Amino acid sequence: MTRRSWTGWQFTGPFLAVFALVYLAPIIYSAYLSVFRTQLVGGTSFVGLENYTKAFSDPQFWEALTRVSLFLLIQVPIMLGLALLVALAIDSGRLYGTGFFRISIFLPYAVPSVVATLMAGFLYGVRFGLVGSINETFGLNIADPLGPDWILTTIGNVVTWQYIGYNMLILYSGLKVIDTSLYEAAAIDGAGEWRIIRAIKLPALRGPLVVAGIFSIVGSFQLFNEPQVLDSLAPNSITTYFTPNIYAYQLSFAGQQVNYSATIALIMGVATMIVAYAFQRRSMKGTL
Amino acid sequence: MKITRRRAIMGAAMSITLLAAGCSGSDDAATTGGGGETVSEADVAKALEAGGNLTVWAWDTTITKVAADFQTKYPKVKINLVNAGTGNDQYIALQNAISAGTGVPDVAQIEYYALPQFSLAKTVAELDGFGATALDGKFTPGTWNSVHAGGKIYGLPIDSGPMALFYNKEVFDKHQIAVPTTWEEYAAAAEKLHKADPKAYITSDSGDAGFTTSLIWQAGGKPYTVDGTNIGVNFADPGAQKFAAQWQKLIDGKLLSPVVGWTDEWYKGLGDGTIATLVTGAWMPSNLESGAKAGNGKWRVAPMPQWEAGGKSTAENGGSSLAIPTASTNKALAYAFLKYTAVDEGAPTRVAAGAFPATTAELDAAEFKGKEFPYFGGQKVNEVLAESAGQVVTGWNYLPFQVYANSIFSDTVGKAYLGQGTLTDGLKAWQDASVKYGTEQGFQVK
Repeated sequence: MTRRSWTGWQFTGPFLAVFALVYLAPIIYSAYLSVFRTQLVGGTSFVGLENYTKAFSDPQFWEALTRVSLFLLIQVPIMLGLALLVALAIDSGRLYGTGFFRISIFLPYAVPSVVATLMAGFLYGVRFGLVGSINETFGLNIADPLGPDWILTTIGNVVTWQYIGYNMLILYSGLKVIDTSLYEAAAIDGAGEWRIIRAIKLPALRGPLVVAGIFSIVGSFQLFNEPQVLDSLAPNSITTYFTPNIYAYQLSFAGQQVNYSATIALIMGVATMIVAYAFQRRSMKGTL
Repeated sequence: MKITRRRAIMGAAMSITLLAAGCSGSDDAATTGGGGETVSEADVAKALEAGGNLTVWAWDTTITKVAADFQTKYPKVKINLVNAGTGNDQYIALQNAISAGTGVPDVAQIEYYALPQFSLAKTVAELDGFGATALDGKFTPGTWNSVHAGGKIYGLPIDSGPMALFYNKEVFDKHQIAVPTTWEEYAAAAEKLHKADPKAYITSDSGDAGFTTSLIWQAGGKPYTVDGTNIGVNFADPGAQKFAAQWQKLIDGKLLSPVVGWTDEWYKGLGDGTIATLVTGAWMPSNLESGAKAGNGKWRVAPMPQWEAGGKSTAENGGSSLAIPTASTNKALAYAFLKYTAVDEGAPTRVAAGAFPATTAELDAAEFKGKEFPYFGGQKVNEVLAESAGQVVTGWNYLPFQVYANSIFSDTVGKAYLGQGTLTDGLKAWQDASVKYGTEQGFQVK
């Protein structure tokens, strides 16, 4: 006769209860909402998967999804590339004042994104701010960074500035755990700094790079604060379906389409998971 | 009392969406009937005698004094006055509270353009049975019409926004520009001003749904037709086209400042003369006085420019009512507060605090019309504004989902302000998007 031990459950119980309450319950409730439709005229009715089929043929949703995918494909490599460069530079030991350099690159991460975006908004304003002054002083007519053609680039710029330091720190800590005897051995074998980077540092950074990549994928798909703040400065450049999250926000708060909004949120959640998982599988192949 | 349409800045979108989703229990508001309740005058008196707590959601600051006076007069009543946000922010909160079924106030301030959304869903109570029909004639026709839906009364008007031309006289004098009386002259003045001073613009406009609909309203347009759940949206309407053609000239000539309304930059422009006029509602003076102090003594008010020379037509812009959410458990007491604020002692109190009245008694009062405004160089501003109140074109309707329609204005018509397509294209796109939403929401749209 085996007696079941409940000790393990007692220890994990508090966590599981909170986890169920704040993670599982909202997701299940969203899934429940997503199979209904509430109309201003006619009330609520069960519609099965209609909201899902609607989402897949919704041009506004696709436009939003395409936009954040584009953002992901262009902004994330640039940001991680720069972060890698900075991390390697600091780690090389050839810089003076690395502590100061490190903290000043990391500092933007401590600025709330709403504040950062407002600052950027004023910097990029064509009538006030830096761009305005440059145009005026040199008689130029630089394209409006807050216009519809450039606004995504502007947002990419803000996000890059904010998160380089954060990613740099992830990568830098990856570099710090490398056994220094490897460097000594490489030096004895006559390897130069570039050789060490290629043969030792980069392979060791594979794991941290994947982690940073996954964070960035999630961040890109959830893009919300920056465009939402810029909307007050450039209302005609930011549509109500600029990113999937803005679209979901608009649907539930302005359109009272809570059911459809929950559907969009769930689809985005699943899409993010798939992309992040695929990324992890691909990049960790052969190492794990 | 500023009417901002700025979207709320929100962080952590997803968690909030999920949270909101989690709060919207069984939402059958559209099917429950709140209408037809009968509360006699005796019931109201009894409720005042019994006292109780009343939660009032309003952002209008002049209501603070009214609430205090009301509690002094009826000591057993305790009023909890809450500023749950201005305009759209408050409607979101109200809609969420109604969906959740808890935390719904007893009285809520709702702008005229937003009231149909609540009255259609019967989430605000019909007031005919409370004796509101007896108030016929107490309010200006425009505002009284605005609180009606399907022949029933859903709120009491507390202020109004008959439109007028606010202009910076100093700028006009400096460049020797005559005050425009028609929109034709307005466009000519815009050109002359901008040519004389490239930093100065006749006004700022980067696309504003409320302003656009008001100008179409003044032009005699009726793009929205509403008959219960049968609605029509038609921006090919002659009034709408008249507006589109005229305003397109200002956009094409780059004669409109792109400064976004209600921002610090906007107030600065109003103060320093780079934004020379504003065509807006009668609630504007106190905003100018507090927001654009540098313009003190320079501004004046003139009648709204006309579509036809010699015309006398105006429209409303903004203005709000007080309504009683259906979920309120103390409607008799809530109605007592409504009546007190809108027509009884509250009306003169609010006017004294700077509100623009919706009641004819206050509008016609000699001390109201004769009041001299130092900000406007001693001009008797209310004479012009009260005249405008009597000239509002009748028969205008907003959509039962105007709040949503206005939220997608920048997606559609806003493009025209960036030079992508014309206003006519933009209005057509707005129409299509509104029709699509209406159809999805179960309306019969034609």
